[in-house]
Amino acid sequence: MNNNITASLSKYLLIFIGIIALTFSTLTISANENMPEQKKEFDAGEMIFEHVLDAHDWHIISIGEHHIAIPLPIIIFDKDERVIHVFSSSRLAHEANYLGYKLPAEGEFKGKLIKESAGNSDSIIDFSITKTVFSIMFSAFLLILIFVSIAQSYKKRKDQAPKGLQSMLEPLILFIRDDVAKSAIGSKEYMRFMPFLLTVFFFIFLNNLMGIIPIFPGGSNVTGNIGITMVLAVFTFVITSFNGSKSYWTHMINMPGVPWWLKFPIPLMPIVEIMGVFTKPFVLMVRLFANMLAGHIVVLGFMSMIFIFGAINEYMGLGVSVVSVAFSVFLSLLELLVAFIQAYVFTLLSSIYIGMALEKHH
Amino acid sequence: MELVQPGIGLMFYMLLTFSLLLFILGKFAWKPIMASLKEREQTISTSLAIAKQTQEEMKRLQADNQNLLKEAKNERDMIIRDANKMKESIVNEARNKAQSEADKIVEAARENIQNEKMAAIIDLKNQVADFSIEVAEKILKRELADKESQKNLMKEDLKSINFN
Repeated sequence: MNNNITASLSKYLLIFIGIIALTFSTLTISANENMPEQKKEFDAGEMIFEHVLDAHDWHIISIGEHHIAIPLPIIIFDKDERVIHVFSSSRLAHEANYLGYKLPAEGEFKGKLIKESAGNSDSIIDFSITKTVFSIMFSAFLLILIFVSIAQSYKKRKDQAPKGLQSMLEPLILFIRDDVAKSAIGSKEYMRFMPFLLTVFFFIFLNNLMGIIPIFPGGSNVTGNIGITMVLAVFTFVITSFNGSKSYWTHMINMPGVPWWLKFPIPLMPIVEIMGVFTKPFVLMVRLFANMLAGHIVVLGFMSMIFIFGAINEYMGLGVSVVSVAFSVFLSLLELLVAFIQAYVFTLLSSIYIGMALEKHH
Repeated sequence: MELVQPGIGLMFYMLLTFSLLLFILGKFAWKPIMASLKEREQTISTSLAIAKQTQEEMKRLQADNQNLLKEAKNERDMIIRDANKMKESIVNEARNKAQSEADKIVEAARENIQNEKMAAIIDLKNQVADFSIEVAEKILKRELADKESQKNLMKEDLKSINFN
């Protein structure tokens, strides 16, 4: 049922994005025609992408041409020279060249580290602590702080009713244990997977929530970054594959109860089944990524509308801001719900996949 | 396009961070939390079972008490009834005894009276005989003096004596 909800939710969000994208394209064109003398036109797409993509520094605010940003460490592994360079991202601000490396502000390599002599990033591997990396480290730190302290209070208040933070998070822990793990994996073996499921759930949930906060240390689009969701999905994939029962694999190679001509000479069923093994984590990866990204884009889209209309006419921008802010608030509230639903769905599907792999057929 | 191109560095850090997170939380958070949750649930369920057992025990005890009370009441009633019966029988016995004693006394008195009466009669008879003898003596004395008058007196005396 929850699958349907999220599926329809993402459908609506996609429609939303489509409409907004259309509006933007026409509006920027008309803005260009009407206001040719504007010193720097506002590009909604660029602004949105700057916000949802990873960055080498943490941009806080720009006042005029003055940018305030938190510099983050840049770590480069140079394959040609076989050295590792570590320096602050502030050295690369305003497209400055440092040790032969550059962060282009425009063009094909916008926002990516390149080696200036080669003009591309082929010979370097970027191990920088970027905005997203910093965010996951920060939220991992928070999670450790929160749950280790809760574990302490569990030890201290043995056999007593939960209190404070403990009582706030206990329902969620119990929910994951009883309604997700126990029901999807089975009451015999669920205990083994609880650490993974709980960690995944709270990691995604916390990062989703942090993503809604617009300012440092929140506001980084962590769960809407495909690298993050890919690693999470890989974890599920590895756990599923390593815990696959004998019947899980035999069903994949030689599905019983299926006509032989579906398996020989063309192994249709095995191909479909093996594809299924990979599509499952793929779907996990894309669902979380797309849902969180879409949420961010829509909110940013509404914000952009203020500036697009403001470019046409200041009062129009003011008028639109009322609507935009109202919609952004509404969408942020929706995002609160989505933050939980997506964390829940990822955990639920992971445990369902694990449960399927563990299942012993008759 | 950059949206769907994961950075190698980011994935490396994510893998590292998440593995560490999984390890640390698994060891220092989830393990004790899950253990104490389970323990607490067990404590609660055993406590509930004990409470239920105690309740049943209480119910049984209460029933026992009720029975005891009932028995005690019955016994008390029985004792009172017996006592009443005994009292009545004692009273009756006493009454009968008294009655018979009284009867005996009355009987004895009556006998006594009869005896006294008989004695009195006998006494009277004896006195009458004495009187008669005295009279006879007096008459005889008078007779001896005056024959005619002695005769008359004799007649009169005899008239006045009444034998009852």
